[in-house]
Amino acid sequence: MSEVILKTEGLTKYYGGVHALEDADFELRADEHVAIVGDNGAGKSTFVRQITGVETRTRGKVWFLGSEVHFDGPLDARKSGIETVFQNLALADDLDVPSNLFLGREKILLNLGPFSILDRRGMRNATMEGLQRTGVKIPNLDNAIRNMSGGQRQCVAIARSASFASKLIIMDEPTAALGVQETAQVENIIKTLKEQGVPLILVSHNLRQVFDLVDRIVVFRRGRIAANLLKHETDGNDIVSYITGVKSQFAEAADI
Amino acid sequence: MSDSSQGIGGLTFDKTKRARPQELNVFLALVLITVTFEVLGWLLMGDSFLFNTRDNVEGLFNTARLNIIILQVAIIGIIALGVTQVIITGGIDLSSGSIVGATAMIAMSFAQVALVNGNPNPKAIFGPWAMDLPVIVPIVVAIGCGVLAGAVNGMLIAYTKIPPFIATLGMMVTARGVSKWWSKGNPISFPTDSYAAIGKGMTPVFIFIGLAVLFYLIMKYTKYGKHCYAIGSNEEAARMSGIRVENHKILVYTIAGILSALAAVVLSSKNLTAQAGMGVMYELDAIAMAVIGGVSLSGGRGSIIGTVIGALIFGVIISGFTFLRLDAYYQEMVKGAIIVGAVVLDQWRQRRARAGR
Repeated sequence: MSEVILKTEGLTKYYGGVHALEDADFELRADEHVAIVGDNGAGKSTFVRQITGVETRTRGKVWFLGSEVHFDGPLDARKSGIETVFQNLALADDLDVPSNLFLGREKILLNLGPFSILDRRGMRNATMEGLQRTGVKIPNLDNAIRNMSGGQRQCVAIARSASFASKLIIMDEPTAALGVQETAQVENIIKTLKEQGVPLILVSHNLRQVFDLVDRIVVFRRGRIAANLLKHETDGNDIVSYITGVKSQFAEAADI
Repeated sequence: MSDSSQGIGGLTFDKTKRARPQELNVFLALVLITVTFEVLGWLLMGDSFLFNTRDNVEGLFNTARLNIIILQVAIIGIIALGVTQVIITGGIDLSSGSIVGATAMIAMSFAQVALVNGNPNPKAIFGPWAMDLPVIVPIVVAIGCGVLAGAVNGMLIAYTKIPPFIATLGMMVTARGVSKWWSKGNPISFPTDSYAAIGKGMTPVFIFIGLAVLFYLIMKYTKYGKHCYAIGSNEEAARMSGIRVENHKILVYTIAGILSALAAVVLSSKNLTAQAGMGVMYELDAIAMAVIGGVSLSGGRGSIIGTVIGALIFGVIISGFTFLRLDAYYQEMVKGAIIVGAVVLDQWRQRRARAGR
């Protein structure tokens, strides 16, 4: 088996008295695409927020690329190679596509400190390459993000994560607000990432999508991991049983 | 990328349906307003607003009027360049006018001549050591004042997180206090010849144009400009992308302070005197120029070119009213209406753009 990229042990998060996440043991291997499913409030997004450093965990350990990590924030996680596409997109509406892709890591033609001259052509070309590699089609790169549809914006956000050849991509419900064709577009990008061997954690509500895209499914229920299943060993009904608590691999999460 | 014209689900991008650039709209407004004054001129005054109608003067255009228009807006225009950058980052600067006042007083104190008509300078602030200094001294002193005031603005906003409106309002009152305290309300006069040369004739216009070109290039081609737009557009996204938002804000307000200070040098040089009341309401005129020029008060949108054209619109309107012999009282009222109108127009445009035209 290939090496473990991300590992969590006893990951726990309390919001005051609410136990949003409890003792999550999780593993992700290189080339692996894993889905996280579960009902609303099952702890999926909480889990992602602990890994990416958006919030500080109550307890537990996280290893990334073999060493234990404590990210101070999403930026810190990003520097280590974890790119996250959040539900609320972190895009600057008034900038065009290349500016958004390279925001905070601009290509520079001449270094003059804050007044460094931008390599606009270089960024534009790299953007086109990046979009082509991920299979994203954007009608006009020079258009401000503001003027784009939800799907196009989502594609830009994903392309931004994907084009920096990161070591791990996390997507939190990337197609939640999208139409049928836009969803298909995003799914195509995910398939492209799979071909390129970029590991991915996909948080999704859409079981059809999950079975279509990933290798392994982790079910969250009431803040705990209820099941960890390889795709070919399970089916939709089985997953639903775990989500609703009819079945459980681990006793704590079952309805008693 | 031959298929890049194909959008998601076969959407195509229609270049002809692209919105006109904002600057073009503003320019069309400038043309329209000028034409209106030209027509009103012939109807009401029986004279041309723009063209030369006198036999004893050469030339097609009324160059005297055009010069006055440009000269009139050049000094506040310099301030507006800084205000534009502040507004693009989503802030506001109410302190520019007071910084002009304080800086003019302080800088002028270092630009005085020792002897006026053979007598000691009656308005002298300092002893003989500060007399007949090279022109670079008052300029450096002025820039120092601008850096200080701007950096204080920026640090207040970046570190205490108080709204820019409040931080710069505080600086507005404080700097005005400084300008009154500096010479206990007395005007400071009799600058050296080299200092007086800065504001002589059309020099302020060239300084304005030079600075406008410089900041146009900076806003368009440098990381600084890109980050201004990014912060104004989505501050959280900018921070998540690794932009050091706090440092950037301090830099933006410092630059705005420097530009106000430069305007103070030009103004005091042009008037050959500095007074505690200099620059009152300049901040609002500068904001008006930017807003008329299409700089969005909600941040993220606008340009230096827009502000320059906005400044010209401002100048044409003032000059047009004077030409039509409208009382100064009416001018102020109409000015207020124009500022509000420009913001309403901006809001309306944003809603329409969201609704998909």
